[in-house]
Amino acid sequence: MEYFLEILFGGLTRGSIYALIALGYTMVYGIIELINFAHGEIYMIGAFTGLIIAGVLGAAGFPAAAIFVLAILGAVLYSAAYGYTIEKIAYKPLRGAQRLSPLISAIGMSIFLQNYVMLAQTSDFLPFPSLIPEFKVPWIGHIISSSELIIVVVTILVCIGLTLFIKFTRLGKAMRATAQNRKMAMLVGINVNTVISATFVVGSSLAAVGGVLIASHIGQINYYIGFIAGIKAFTAAVLGGIGSVPGAMLGALILGQTEAFATGYVSSDYEDVFAFALLVLILIFRPAGIMGKEPVQKV
Amino acid sequence: MRGNWKLLALVLAVVALFAAGCGEGKKDEAKKLVLGVAGAHSGDLASYGLPTVNAAKLVAADINAKGGVLGMQVEVLSQDDQCKPEMATNAATKLLSEDVKIVLGHICSGATKAALEIYKDGNIVCMSPSATNPPLTQSGDYPNFFRTIASDDAQAQLEVDFAKNLGLKNIAVIHDKGDYGKGFASFCKQFIEEDGGMSVALFEGVTPGAVDYSAVVQKIKNSGADGVIFGGYHPEASKIVTAMRKKNIDIPFLSDDGVKDDTFIKVAGEYAEGVYATGPRDISGNPLYAVAEEAHKKEFGTDPGAFYYQAYAAAQALLNAVEKAGGTDYDKVVNALRTEYVETPLGKIKFDGRGDAEGVGFSVYQVKNGQYVEVE
Repeated sequence: MEYFLEILFGGLTRGSIYALIALGYTMVYGIIELINFAHGEIYMIGAFTGLIIAGVLGAAGFPAAAIFVLAILGAVLYSAAYGYTIEKIAYKPLRGAQRLSPLISAIGMSIFLQNYVMLAQTSDFLPFPSLIPEFKVPWIGHIISSSELIIVVVTILVCIGLTLFIKFTRLGKAMRATAQNRKMAMLVGINVNTVISATFVVGSSLAAVGGVLIASHIGQINYYIGFIAGIKAFTAAVLGGIGSVPGAMLGALILGQTEAFATGYVSSDYEDVFAFALLVLILIFRPAGIMGKEPVQKV
Repeated sequence: MRGNWKLLALVLAVVALFAAGCGEGKKDEAKKLVLGVAGAHSGDLASYGLPTVNAAKLVAADINAKGGVLGMQVEVLSQDDQCKPEMATNAATKLLSEDVKIVLGHICSGATKAALEIYKDGNIVCMSPSATNPPLTQSGDYPNFFRTIASDDAQAQLEVDFAKNLGLKNIAVIHDKGDYGKGFASFCKQFIEEDGGMSVALFEGVTPGAVDYSAVVQKIKNSGADGVIFGGYHPEASKIVTAMRKKNIDIPFLSDDGVKDDTFIKVAGEYAEGVYATGPRDISGNPLYAVAEEAHKKEFGTDPGAFYYQAYAAAQALLNAVEKAGGTDYDKVVNALRTEYVETPLGKIKFDGRGDAEGVGFSVYQVKNGQYVEVE
């Protein structure tokens, strides 16, 4: 039983990180139908920003909790700026072009950012300090560590916040309208450019939070971490139904648990096999993903 | 039609450019011996590959200062493979097309294996300072392959013997699914099972670069293992050992020379303390060791990195063989490598019929106070 719970919480932690990244994929896809392959790199840049801020503040003697919060805030701001800029440079000029063009542009951006960080920082792995405060979790301390608990709690809070934001704010409403029909949204006076920029900013911020949390949890980063995390999160988004926000959360959770249980009860050799076999299965029966809408034929 | 003419003109211009480039390359090829150096010179395993380039340059400079090999000046031509097999074949093809006859490299076993097919067809002698995958020599498939490092099974035997001395009974064997890591782990598993007094608690591969390893760490804990042997490289090793220590799993962690790198200690920090890793035997007593070290410090201002002395020895052995063979004729060079002794930082070496250097081996090291220290 204890082993089962340990695996469950491990899967929850993993799923949380996937969720934070997958939300960015799914939001951007929902608005402009673009798979933003540079999104994993935003996650990586967030982690690097967190490392730099933690290094500076740590040397200045700030308390650990303050460093943790400031590192996340700094990473969010910096990554949001990157997300905003990437959209302006790589996607906006191609908005009228055929669908493949921005996709290629996104892949190019991803490769560029990876290599940029490799050259500007280092190609080596770097140690990442344990920013998440260490404490003994009451009752279930023997099965879940403080960092895992905080990752899960932060992710839940972020998901709730995002849902409220989309449901109840003006901007959130504008986002939903743009996602439904961009031309119609323009006609009723929504500034579509602002909405798209806001989507990139929000998505990038979430990825940055994930980047700092997971880097702090596993204790190391390099310029390449965004690639695999990005692929997995993208899988989660597709699994849940790309374009759907609750779908991305659900997809990430399922993917995280599948991987954790495949490792825990079968073998970690087959971790990816199970994850992708599940993806194939779900797409066979629900081609648009678990919560995705079936595409309406526009005549 | 006008468009076609423009295109044709463009094609001709490009072709002319290439022709000009080729012509220039051919001009000054007399009187020089090209030593190809292939390995990871960028990417996350660059710290294993770059010291080899330094070693080759230093050996070449040293020999050139003494008049070169048979009057030919030695020139180093390096090719990056990032330890990726697909890039290694590109590097090998490039070296082949440059008419290189001797290659120092590659660094990773998977990349070396991929490149060897091309070298074999091109009659190129290849010598690796670091590729330890046993079949590279033991299969007999690659008579053109040599190495100045002992193979994984020698390392695995030492690792298992050491684990036995530590009193471990039930060992979890983890690997990174790569040629090197899985090969090493499989040998460890085999030797543990053959021993009788010990058993394998768990044999699992992890995915390099995965977001976290907590599930496999839980599994290690649940398996009741009293020790872990990991086959692979330092990025995964530091993640696993960090996750284990954070979960208060304080069983011994043993690994291979992919982990015996200072980057591991830097990244894993306090969690690296007490970790065992096998690595090439301490050779600092050899007279040429000091010479090689001094040359590196003088030229680059830093201490040499991983596999530097193996690479230094390999470069010396290759160039010595060309000298003794009186040229770059494939059969003669191979014969010279197998028969002629050469003084290197690793000691006085020659190669056996399979291509392994005689008299090189491994020792066990442990991290103590942020440094690898040899244990007896």
